[in-house]
Amino acid sequence: MYSELRSQVLKLLSVHTRLDGRKPHEYRKPMKVEYGVVKTAEGSAKVTIGETEVIAGVKLEIMSPYPDTPDEGSIMVGVELLPLSSPEFEPGPPSIRAVELARVVDRGIRESKAIDFKSLCLEKGEKAWMIVIDICTFNDAGNLFDASALAALAAIKNTKFPELVDGKIVYKEKTDQGIDVQEEPISVTVLKIGDHFIIDPDNEEELVAEARLTVALMSNGQLCALQKGGDSALTLDDISKMIDLAAEGSKTLRGLL
Amino acid sequence: MTYERRIDGRKFDEIRPMEAKVGVIKRADGSAMFRFGNTIAYAAVYGPRNLYPKFLQDPAQGILRCYYNMMPFSSSGERVRPGGSRRSKEISMVTEKALKTVLNLKEYPNSVVDVFIELPQTEAGSRCAGICAASMALADAGLIMKDMVSAISVGRVDDKVVVDLDYSEESYDGIVADIPIAYLPTLGKITLLQMDGIVPKKMLIDALQQGIKACQKISEVQKKALKQKYVLEGVEDVQ
Repeated sequence: MYSELRSQVLKLLSVHTRLDGRKPHEYRKPMKVEYGVVKTAEGSAKVTIGETEVIAGVKLEIMSPYPDTPDEGSIMVGVELLPLSSPEFEPGPPSIRAVELARVVDRGIRESKAIDFKSLCLEKGEKAWMIVIDICTFNDAGNLFDASALAALAAIKNTKFPELVDGKIVYKEKTDQGIDVQEEPISVTVLKIGDHFIIDPDNEEELVAEARLTVALMSNGQLCALQKGGDSALTLDDISKMIDLAAEGSKTLRGLL
Repeated sequence: MTYERRIDGRKFDEIRPMEAKVGVIKRADGSAMFRFGNTIAYAAVYGPRNLYPKFLQDPAQGILRCYYNMMPFSSSGERVRPGGSRRSKEISMVTEKALKTVLNLKEYPNSVVDVFIELPQTEAGSRCAGICAASMALADAGLIMKDMVSAISVGRVDDKVVVDLDYSEESYDGIVADIPIAYLPTLGKITLLQMDGIVPKKMLIDALQQGIKACQKISEVQKKALKQKYVLEGVEDVQ
């Protein structure tokens, strides 16, 4: 499948360039994060990377804490691959792609301890905040992983808690209090095509890549989540190179926040 | 009771601030954004394209499918659970009927035209904003259309006929009727008509007349946005 496209991509990579003229380790432009784009959400952000656009919105709910962590709140991440954003996406229940994407974003935030779940507790064993982050794709021009993770983090940073009256949320009244963000995990996805590694793939590159590695990095350079994708196997050497590339790429994304 | 002044200070026949833009979603064949105040709708058109499963194909004409969806964070109250509801199904259906008559689907046998309407932020009037955006997106996709479709909600609050009800009016503690309509400004016909509330016939006709006037204004905004896509920056307009 796509053998013509693949050989074209490989030919270009052998001279360090890509279909759109970029270098292998270069993000597309424009790149930006816009905060507070949805007034009805408690927090929101839109991320643009080239022609890829995603919106993340945060809604806050009251949950009863899980029995094994009675003094903690939690987060929930959902991804909607909206059929409006690509001819490939169809209406209906979340596809496996959407589920994987949501879980990878969730893991980056959860494992980096970006949010102190204990700070979300309202009443031990009874009530805690649940931070629900929904990511909606607007235009899928490739690299939804990096865009979604960045949008989710930016939306969390943009969130203001609503008022609580008698234990019930008054959504219309926002307080000045935001979520205490202790760490900013950045996800970077590296693709392997032939012997080459690239970041920020477009749709065509995603079609012809044989393997993918999403690396979530903390501000101190440590890794906090990984997800390998694609049908081909990776060597230790591949993985090492891909992590180095991700670390390099994360600097660009971190600068946008 | 008498409704002296609108809660947000608008005139009784005044539409909330509107904004319209086409070509907002690059991968779509046609796309548009339409905004009434705090209600924002995006629409993307894909097609005419192949229709699968094949048994759904109609060799006599193409089919139109509309999907109306509120994003999970688009309501100022609780989160909207993804996956659709009875409400969104019904709105998808009436949207389809509101748009279908302006298309010539016989041109696209065995094919489908998909219209996806997404609302990132809502505050009353979302089906009307969706129809306005969808109509522009169909035009942006280059489909042959007999007319534009413009939509607005009209109604009554106590003794007054009002145009473009906002949330404070929809939930007003008094007699309220909410009547969303879609109108074909050139053909002079109504393609969407629903009502919640109580209204005498005379008042209904008055409200519809005001709605038609509002739709004519809306269609100008839609047409301007469609033309705007082809305006080159820094080039003088040649009349």
